[in-house]
Amino acid sequence: MQVFLRILRFNLNHKRRLAAAYLFIVGGTAAYVLLPSLFGEAIDQIALMIETGEVSNSAILGTSLLILVLGAVRGVFSFGQTYMGESLGQHVVYDLRNSFYDHVQHLGFGFHDREHTGNLMSKAITDVEAIRMFVNLVVVRTPYFIGLLVVVSILMIRLNWQLGLISLALMPFAMTVASVVRLRMRDAWLEVQKKFAVLNTVLQENLTGARVVKAFASTDYEEEKFRVHNQAVADDMYRAMKLSALNSSFVLFVFLMTLGIVLLFGGIRVIDGQLTPGELAQFIFYLQILAQPFRMVGFIVNNLARAMSAGTRLFEVLDAESPVAERADAIEMPRATGHVRFEHVHFEYRHESRVLRDLDLDVPAGRIIALLGPPGSGKSTIANLIPRFYDVTDGALTIDGTDVRDMTLASLRRNIGIVQQDVFLFTDTIAGNIAYGKPDASRESIIEAAKVARLHEHIESLPEGYETVLGERGVTLSGGQRQRLSIARAVLLDPPILVLDDSTSSVDARTESEIREAMERVMEGRTTFIIAHRLSTVHKADTIIVLTDGRIVEQGNHQELLKRGGMYREIYDLQLRPQEDVMMEFDVPPPAVAGRAAS
Amino acid sequence: MMGSMGRPQGTSVEGLQEEVFGHAVDPKVIQRMLPYILPEKRLMAIAIAAMLVFAATQVAVPWLVKLGIDQYIADNDKGGLLIIVGLFFGNAVINWIALYVQDITITKAGQGVLLALRRDMFSHMQKQSLRFFDKTEVGRIMSRVQGDVWQLQEFMSTIVMTLGDFLSLGGIIIVMLLLNVQLGLISLAVVPLLIITMVVWQPFAKKSFVRARTTISVVNASLNENISGVRVVQAMNRQDENLRQFDAKNHDNLDSFLSAGKLSAAVLPMVDFLPAASIGLVLYFGASMVTNSAIEIGLLIAFIMYIQRFFDPIRNLTMQYTQLQRAMASGTRIFETLDVEPDMVDAPGAIELPPIKGAVELRDVSFAYKPGEDVTKNLNLRIEPGQAVAIVGPTGAGKTTLVSLIARFYDVERGRGAVLVDGHDVRDVTRTSLASQMSMVLQEPFLFSGSVRENIKYNHGDVSDTHMIEAAEAVGAHGFIEKLENGYDTYLEERGVNLSVGQRQLISFARAIVADPKILILDEATANIDSHTEAQIQAALQTLLKGRTAIVIAHRLSTIRGADKIVVLNLGELIEEGTHDELLDRDGLYAHLCHMNYAALEEVMTG
Repeated sequence: MQVFLRILRFNLNHKRRLAAAYLFIVGGTAAYVLLPSLFGEAIDQIALMIETGEVSNSAILGTSLLILVLGAVRGVFSFGQTYMGESLGQHVVYDLRNSFYDHVQHLGFGFHDREHTGNLMSKAITDVEAIRMFVNLVVVRTPYFIGLLVVVSILMIRLNWQLGLISLALMPFAMTVASVVRLRMRDAWLEVQKKFAVLNTVLQENLTGARVVKAFASTDYEEEKFRVHNQAVADDMYRAMKLSALNSSFVLFVFLMTLGIVLLFGGIRVIDGQLTPGELAQFIFYLQILAQPFRMVGFIVNNLARAMSAGTRLFEVLDAESPVAERADAIEMPRATGHVRFEHVHFEYRHESRVLRDLDLDVPAGRIIALLGPPGSGKSTIANLIPRFYDVTDGALTIDGTDVRDMTLASLRRNIGIVQQDVFLFTDTIAGNIAYGKPDASRESIIEAAKVARLHEHIESLPEGYETVLGERGVTLSGGQRQRLSIARAVLLDPPILVLDDSTSSVDARTESEIREAMERVMEGRTTFIIAHRLSTVHKADTIIVLTDGRIVEQGNHQELLKRGGMYREIYDLQLRPQEDVMMEFDVPPPAVAGRAAS
Repeated sequence: MMGSMGRPQGTSVEGLQEEVFGHAVDPKVIQRMLPYILPEKRLMAIAIAAMLVFAATQVAVPWLVKLGIDQYIADNDKGGLLIIVGLFFGNAVINWIALYVQDITITKAGQGVLLALRRDMFSHMQKQSLRFFDKTEVGRIMSRVQGDVWQLQEFMSTIVMTLGDFLSLGGIIIVMLLLNVQLGLISLAVVPLLIITMVVWQPFAKKSFVRARTTISVVNASLNENISGVRVVQAMNRQDENLRQFDAKNHDNLDSFLSAGKLSAAVLPMVDFLPAASIGLVLYFGASMVTNSAIEIGLLIAFIMYIQRFFDPIRNLTMQYTQLQRAMASGTRIFETLDVEPDMVDAPGAIELPPIKGAVELRDVSFAYKPGEDVTKNLNLRIEPGQAVAIVGPTGAGKTTLVSLIARFYDVERGRGAVLVDGHDVRDVTRTSLASQMSMVLQEPFLFSGSVRENIKYNHGDVSDTHMIEAAEAVGAHGFIEKLENGYDTYLEERGVNLSVGQRQLISFARAIVADPKILILDEATANIDSHTEAQIQAALQTLLKGRTAIVIAHRLSTIRGADKIVVLNLGELIEEGTHDELLDRDGLYAHLCHMNYAALEEVMTG
């Protein structure tokens, strides 16, 4: 009920449209229900003529013209009602989409870790559509149908109360049945959708994994898998459609039965002289009017159920509080010097085991810190805590002495540049992508940043240079190029603090050295945290932090740690050293190789 | 004409073009549909029969009303009226049954057709070579199998409705003319007006709907991108700017839907007015026929009922026209897909490759993805059974191509060399018999949605659990699998997003082992794994490779050093081969690289 009221409230933001829609409804209903009585009147006039054998053109001409005019008036009202209903629905979903978009983009990482993109998208598409339908069907059309039902019922009962009651007798029964069947259909359709999703997954994985399928010669296996799910979809679909067939044919049947009953009892009354033929005709035409709301009951009930669950899902998102909410009295952080301190920081994701335990770390401005350790040791977590993508569970993180939770998120994040390994490109030009965090950046500064990131040459080699559109429909960049674009983004922002994810990626020697160069340049003069895998980046760090199970086990510079012969030495001997690429520096790269890499 | 010419490439208005140039009836598509429809002919026959019965019972309703009123009520014959109402009820029952039978038989037939279409499309995809997948986006195929087949589903129900509408339209016209020619013609007089309205209105409405569909997809794409990139958005404080841009798109979409809504509603005044006009005319002219006693009350009532029923089918037809167009476009695309000839089929007379020892030989192999751009040049290579061979070389050297040719993902053109396995030319054996004795671990681990067990036992469902666990233990995956919520039965959603890349790769290693191949190919299989896990795999590999021929593409010295033979490729040519020590002795490129590498390390350690 709360959900229902809340969806209704969205409509109240557009009171004028709502009022106009209802006004048109009243007019349209009036015109519509008047028509059968005019038909009836005309028929009685003609019946009189048949009886008397005299044609009186003037009376019938008047009625006929009235019918024509009423038809036109009804048409205009129909237009108004339909258009206003659509307009109201569109305005409501326009608001809804904007709120959804804005709310989602402000929700913290904790939220997005849980919710898959596909899931959120289906809410934004399917559920929002359900709300639009709700506005159209439930908010606008239902009052119209109820109006028709009430007015027609009153008119029929006034005309002849016995016949009126007889006509209406079967309706509640049929409407109940239709609603119940519709709700069952809804369940059946949801089941179909679920099966369809599975079938699509099977197909998609088969296609994206074509290499694996070929390598394992598993065509038969795959075809059998597809066959089973394909059959399941077909079976479930048939089941759902059978229900739908049952429903629509039954509704029509009840309607025809009612017509038959009216014909019988109305006919008897006409014969007994209690009813004129025209009045009987009116009853028949009233029934025709009722046919529409009658047919729509199922739809409306179905839509109501759908909109309620859609609304519940949407409000779940819209009500979700960001795990990293800003304080009301948060301060604007000016440009920091870059002194970062972890004070007894504990962290856990969603009540799982601790990821960081009692981390104590003081990083003076301008230092380079390399974070090292096996997966799950907490390296990425440390990187994620600094821009406050997550909040510490216990302890505190300060920048220039101020707790990050006391700053506004925007001002905090302005001070931090992040270079991710898996770089997300937006559908925009290269220039737009580089200037993503600073939309008003000048072209010169964008080019300057690209130069620092060792990306300028490649961009220039593209036919459209900085105007080349990236993203799904545009040009794609290689992994190394993307990473350098991410560096260019950070350069342009010129933050005092930098977080670099330098995880291993398989790039060839040339790219590798380009990335390394770019990284070294961007680190200059900034407090830098590197999630490191490459020896070259590790040994340049002022301090290397070795983490295991969320604890610092060793810390110091390269030489100190090597001498200590502890875990760093072990990792170094076992992993870091052999990891250096054999192909790292081709002394004399044949010209064609260079050409190829650039193309 | 343009609709059947294939699709314009790579434009964002692709959908738009299809909409505008489609045919409502394309004989070619219908012809291709026939083989799918024919197996359902019994159901179709029943459906059509039921449809005829249904249309007849629909048309009979006003006629029975007329009969009751004119024959019996007018004559004060209650008994006769009872009989007519009895008939009326009987008609209603038949109507119910006919509609139900029509709907379910057509559904069943339609599902049969769609099932077969999806099946054929899927198995057609299985026949395609990697060349096809290299140049075809998965999304495009997906949209054919999902969207286009779904369109045909809509088409099925539309065609039934259309047929039904035509039938009842025809029935109504006939009955009206039979009942009274003059009144019949008078009531039909306004139909041309309706048709003209529809014809004029249709293109406008269609255009505005196409525009609306484009704007909504822009809105959705924008939202999708913002959610996918939300981490960057937040890291870069882009929220305000993004909302501003989104609002512009959202507003544009609102406008386009409002104008589409206005247009679609614009036809309503006419649609409401014309039946009323028709009824008005019938009543007016009906009155003047009273004197020659050609008219009875029941007849007029029946006419009004007919006119009310008459306009619905016409209104529907214009909607269905668009639906038909869309279905034909979909049909064209589906059959286009089904017509793509697989470019790699087993040669006629291809033999089953007998169990192999694992010898691999490349003889003078030159291969090009695009004609004239050779990726490998006169490559000669012998690998003995059980040997471990490392392939090294810079990007573009042809490493992946080399192993792809051995796995026969691509065929070497006849006359440009040959790939032999145990002396058999791979082009002369069936692909399945070859592939079943090989296994591959790719750089990007690819898992299927399903349980860990299903993934490890992929394509080898008959393997025992003991064997599966052995394989998992051998690659060091057993430990973490046991710790998962449901162990081996843990469901991996979305291809295992709940696992780390390294864990996924370990599972794909286990999968390769369960397949028990004679030849194992590792294509940079450890490149994306963190160093910790890699060390684990390195240790495991020694045992795994025992008794198998191994071909390993690697960057890391540790992986390369232990190989029986190292093959150095550059620009598609084999420039050196031998063991680590041999190559060092030879003092060639490989040696140079190694020295340089160590020198770099020394410097790091001391400086």
